[in-house]
Amino acid sequence: MRVLLAAGLAVAAAVTAATAEIDPEARRSGYDFASPEIRAMQDDDTANPGMLWVLEGETLWARKAGAAVRSCQDCHGDAEASMRGIAARYPALDAVLARPLDLEQRINRCRTENQRAEPLAWESEDLLALTAFVARQSRGLPIAVVAGPELRPFLDLGKELFRQREGQLNLSCSQCHDDNWGKRLAGSVIPQGHPTGYPIYRLEWQSLGSLQRRLRSCMTGVRAEPFDYGAPQGVALELYLMERARGMPMDTPAVLP
Amino acid sequence: MTRRRILLAGVGVVSFAPIARATQAEMAEAIRDLIGEALLAPGKVKLELPSIVENGNTVPLTVSVESPMTEADHVESIHIFNQKNPQPYVAAFHLGPRAGRARVATRIRLADSQRVVAVARLSDGSFWSDNADVIVTLAACTEQ
Amino acid sequence: MARVMINIPPRAKRGEIIEIKTLIQHPMETGYRLDNKGAAIPRDIISRFICSYNGDEVFRAELFPAISANPFIAFSTVATKTGELVFTWIDDNGQIQSEIRQITVE
Repeated sequence: MRVLLAAGLAVAAAVTAATAEIDPEARRSGYDFASPEIRAMQDDDTANPGMLWVLEGETLWARKAGAAVRSCQDCHGDAEASMRGIAARYPALDAVLARPLDLEQRINRCRTENQRAEPLAWESEDLLALTAFVARQSRGLPIAVVAGPELRPFLDLGKELFRQREGQLNLSCSQCHDDNWGKRLAGSVIPQGHPTGYPIYRLEWQSLGSLQRRLRSCMTGVRAEPFDYGAPQGVALELYLMERARGMPMDTPAVLP
Repeated sequence: MTRRRILLAGVGVVSFAPIARATQAEMAEAIRDLIGEALLAPGKVKLELPSIVENGNTVPLTVSVESPMTEADHVESIHIFNQKNPQPYVAAFHLGPRAGRARVATRIRLADSQRVVAVARLSDGSFWSDNADVIVTLAACTEQ
Repeated sequence: MARVMINIPPRAKRGEIIEIKTLIQHPMETGYRLDNKGAAIPRDIISRFICSYNGDEVFRAELFPAISANPFIAFSTVATKTGELVFTWIDDNGQIQSEIRQITVE
């Protein structure tokens, strides 16, 4: 009897522990879960608060900076052309550093290496503006992160982190966003967690914010110690999330509750 | 100090003081300050707000008033009040015949589920109103 | 200077009612929030917004802390003559920001 009970419990544990990936056909972006009012706020470029940062980014793009006295525009020209599709491929491998960089890190790498300027602080207005401006050039384009052999270990780490229980609430990302999306947690509908619209204007923040900020916020939500900004685990998780959302169209700057 | 505040202090971030909230009486008083002895009639005004919101930080609001908006007959101002924020006032919009149409949209903050009231003052000195009830749910995972 | 977005048609027919949308980057700090030491973060809001058209005030708003951050205001005005619309935001401390847009009325 006891053996049967133990076996039963083991099976039950195995079933609850195994989290299923979302069927690619069943993937829905945060936009699909948002209320009509929030969608209306996002859809109208003349009323989307995120566009304030995009416009600022456009100004920064043309501003000369650093010891090299160079603007983004000096090397990259017209962003609409040169940055098209770029954000949809990030995080991407930096061959020199032999690890993935997300868009914010890539921008800062350009600043330090090519403009010979100070890197912009995480969540600073300028970094958000530039990231939003660059990401906006991928709007409507499918997410197309290329996870070649060099990125495989980072992708695997990201996937592992996504499935790992953490925090005082002992929850994994997967348990909410793979297994219970569409259901309600307190007053909110649980989304699938696809980063199609980053940086987003989050109503909770009343400001634009990065994916890293959102991930850290989720970790705090389950009472786990959040990764530092730019930590390798954070970038690995971003890489996994973007890969998981491959093919879904970008909609930066998204508006979400 | 409540247990929740102790937990919040540990994370070291912004929190909300237990503030005295405006009451229905304060909202009524604020409206009375505006209209004086005049009668407040329901009608002509249409206040549009979502009936339920996931986050009370940014609630889209549209208010419109039926009016020809001529020199002789127009909306002078529209005033928005609320019931449960710390203050009963939300905004006041001053229009006039140059507006062409009495319709204003904005985004407001609602601290809790509550009633929002819009009062329009017309050029003939009359006051009209509409109200809307909004349920404000709170996000499950807040940053704090 | 806060970042501003103003949406107004560049041209209109005389007598046409045009819709204007404005958005300005501003935290609209209510004065009710506490920092992590328990001190109140001082109130800092835009309290007035004015739109004038060739010098005449055509719209004015008084704003309170209940207006969301990055205040969005959409309103309308009648296209009367070709000229200038001036949009002015004034905060609690009397700081002013003004933006000008041209309109051609046929």
